Amino acid sequence: MLSLKQRRRAQTVVLGTIAWLVALIIFFPIFWMILTSFKTEIDAFATPPQLFFTPTLENYTSINERSDYFHFAWNSVVVSFGSTIIGMLIAVPAAYSMAFFETKRTKSTLLWMLSTKMLPPVGVLVPIYLLFKDTGMLDTKLGLVIIYTLINLPIMVWMAYTYFKEIPKDILEAARMDGATLFQEIWKVLLPMSKGGLASTVLLSLILCWNEAFWSLNLTASQAAPLTALIASYSSPEGLFWAKLSAVSTLACAPILVFGWISQKQLVRGLSFGAVK
Amino acid sequence: MADLTIKNLRKSYGETEILKGINLDIKDHEFVVFVGPSGCGKSTLLRSIAGLEEVSSGEIFLNDKEITELAPAKRDLAMVFQSYALYPHMSVRKNMSFALELAGQDKETINSKVDEAARILELGPLLDRKPKDLSGGQRQRVAIGRSIVRHPEIFLFDEPLSNLDAALRVQMRLELARLHQDLNATMIYVTHDQVEAMTLADKVVVLNQGRIEQVGSPMELYHHPVNEFVAGFLGMPKMSFLPGKVKSVSASGVTAELTSGYEIEVPVSSDSIQPGSDVNIGVRPEHVIITDKNSSKFQAILDVAEHLGSDTYCYVKTLDKQMITIRTPGDFLGTFGETIGLNLDPLQCHLFDTNGKAVPRLSRAAEVA
Ligand SMILES: Nc1ncnc2c1ncn2[C@@H]1O[C@H](COP(=O)(O)OP(=O)(O)OP(=O)(O)O)[C@@H](O)[C@H]1O
Ligand SMILES: [Mg+2]
Repeated sequence: MLSLKQRRRAQTVVLGTIAWLVALIIFFPIFWMILTSFKTEIDAFATPPQLFFTPTLENYTSINERSDYFHFAWNSVVVSFGSTIIGMLIAVPAAYSMAFFETKRTKSTLLWMLSTKMLPPVGVLVPIYLLFKDTGMLDTKLGLVIIYTLINLPIMVWMAYTYFKEIPKDILEAARMDGATLFQEIWKVLLPMSKGGLASTVLLSLILCWNEAFWSLNLTASQAAPLTALIASYSSPEGLFWAKLSAVSTLACAPILVFGWISQKQLVRGLSFGAVK
Repeated sequence: MADLTIKNLRKSYGETEILKGINLDIKDHEFVVFVGPSGCGKSTLLRSIAGLEEVSSGEIFLNDKEITELAPAKRDLAMVFQSYALYPHMSVRKNMSFALELAGQDKETINSKVDEAARILELGPLLDRKPKDLSGGQRQRVAIGRSIVRHPEIFLFDEPLSNLDAALRVQMRLELARLHQDLNATMIYVTHDQVEAMTLADKVVVLNQGRIEQVGSPMELYHHPVNEFVAGFLGMPKMSFLPGKVKSVSASGVTAELTSGYEIEVPVSSDSIQPGSDVNIGVRPEHVIITDKNSSKFQAILDVAEHLGSDTYCYVKTLDKQMITIRTPGDFLGTFGETIGLNLDPLQCHLFDTNGKAVPRLSRAAEVA
């Protein structure tokens, strides 16, 4: 018979092993991508795949020769942050009124908003393309910002709504009694109380914008093209260049990975908001 | 100066009317308590005064200025919530200074006001803590402190003590009474604890299903309830009601025959009462006297006796199956199923007509006795 303590320990070991295995499986493609980016094109194609090889930076230098990485990266940054900021400016007031001034139709409005996310984007590609063409927004960062904001808004409102729902209404009413204006009530009481949740909303929006490929490929050419468009340009008619593709992908993922790494504490706190409280 | 006048206030949620025409005057410095059963609209009325709830019709005046449509922030009222509603991300000091900062007062004034409130409520050592590091009683005091610093026209309390344990509740009750004295402030207080209502109030407002049943001093309500609802609501244990019929009326009172056959003459006005009509006799537990079973024609069987130490509450069943509650001294010894005699003190009995309305007493002397 194992003592309670021993059983606990065994449990921890088993769970730990499983967690590590899952993490490894999830991480493996990323690891392989990074690895491949340091191979020559020939090594990249080798069978069986090589784990040990002489690393080279050739792919990275050639990317910069072929295209201006920083041009694309800057576009990604501007578009992601731009659309996240605008998205939050709309999502917070919307979620505030839905969470604290609920009406009979609030729930169905929310569901309807989310349901728009279930439609295939291709369905509206042509109308949106034409709209963009007529308004001169094709291949502009503004155009991408607008489309990203619209795509992500339902999720952002939903998330902010969920976090706001956790906050007792009394506290906001107390602020109102204390003489707070609507803006002060939101800025000085509501936001500080839900900052963990809102931070993860911001992060999610940034990630979704950063990784978005469908609209950026279809609505941009060169001027406003973000990193996802840069990656796609490497699967060109001249053939696939695995090593270069990996290098450019690594470069595209790196910023958001680093960003996610730094803010992971916030993210985890935010996502498990209700549980920890 | 803080006079509050409410005129014909109504509030509906959809089809359901929650407040059905409230008229109320509250004078400066008064401690007013709203009592009533759960769901009768006490909180709704208080929140309407605070401005947190939009009213459907009617008017609210503060010092002759209409505030019915005014935003809560502009009313200069402070509210203490049942859940305390402290700002969790702010220290105790910040919780208390928040309103003053919003009002744009300068640092020194704010600090002196906060320190003053902290002194009154003995919160000094806790000023730098966050609400989550406080006990329930301490949180409650911070919530009160938050309203004190503002020197509002009126303090509003919604069941502020109901989350505290019994001992703390008594202590906070005393502190609130002292605070009312010290601040000389107007306070409106919602509770469904009658002890709080009786001990704190200058004026009790009894609400029932969105209507005011009676307004008056605690003693007025206790001794002269206007109807069966108020009579039954105030007083622990409850008043007992015995159905009967009017046998005769005279200048000295109304004689009723209870269903048990017992006759009693209650000294109430006979103007509106006809012989033969149905009435209820109401009698409080302390006004029934247990005697030997042979010395009274009114007999009952002892059902349950609750020994509280200082008192014993006896629940007895009359021969016609009516329950009566009796308060006896703590050393009362009775055995279950024993037959006892009862004496009702006619001076202390209440008589309610068919509609449950109290028939006015001939003299008000009874309450002194
Ligand atoms: N937002 C709302 N929508 C619909 N009905 C409501 C709403 N708020 C309150 N009510 C109803 O209004 C009535 C009065 O509620 P209120 O909170 O004023 O009661 P209360 O006297 O304070 O009761 P308690 O002693 O339980 O606190 C209740 O029947 C309640 O169901
Ligand atoms: Mg209530």
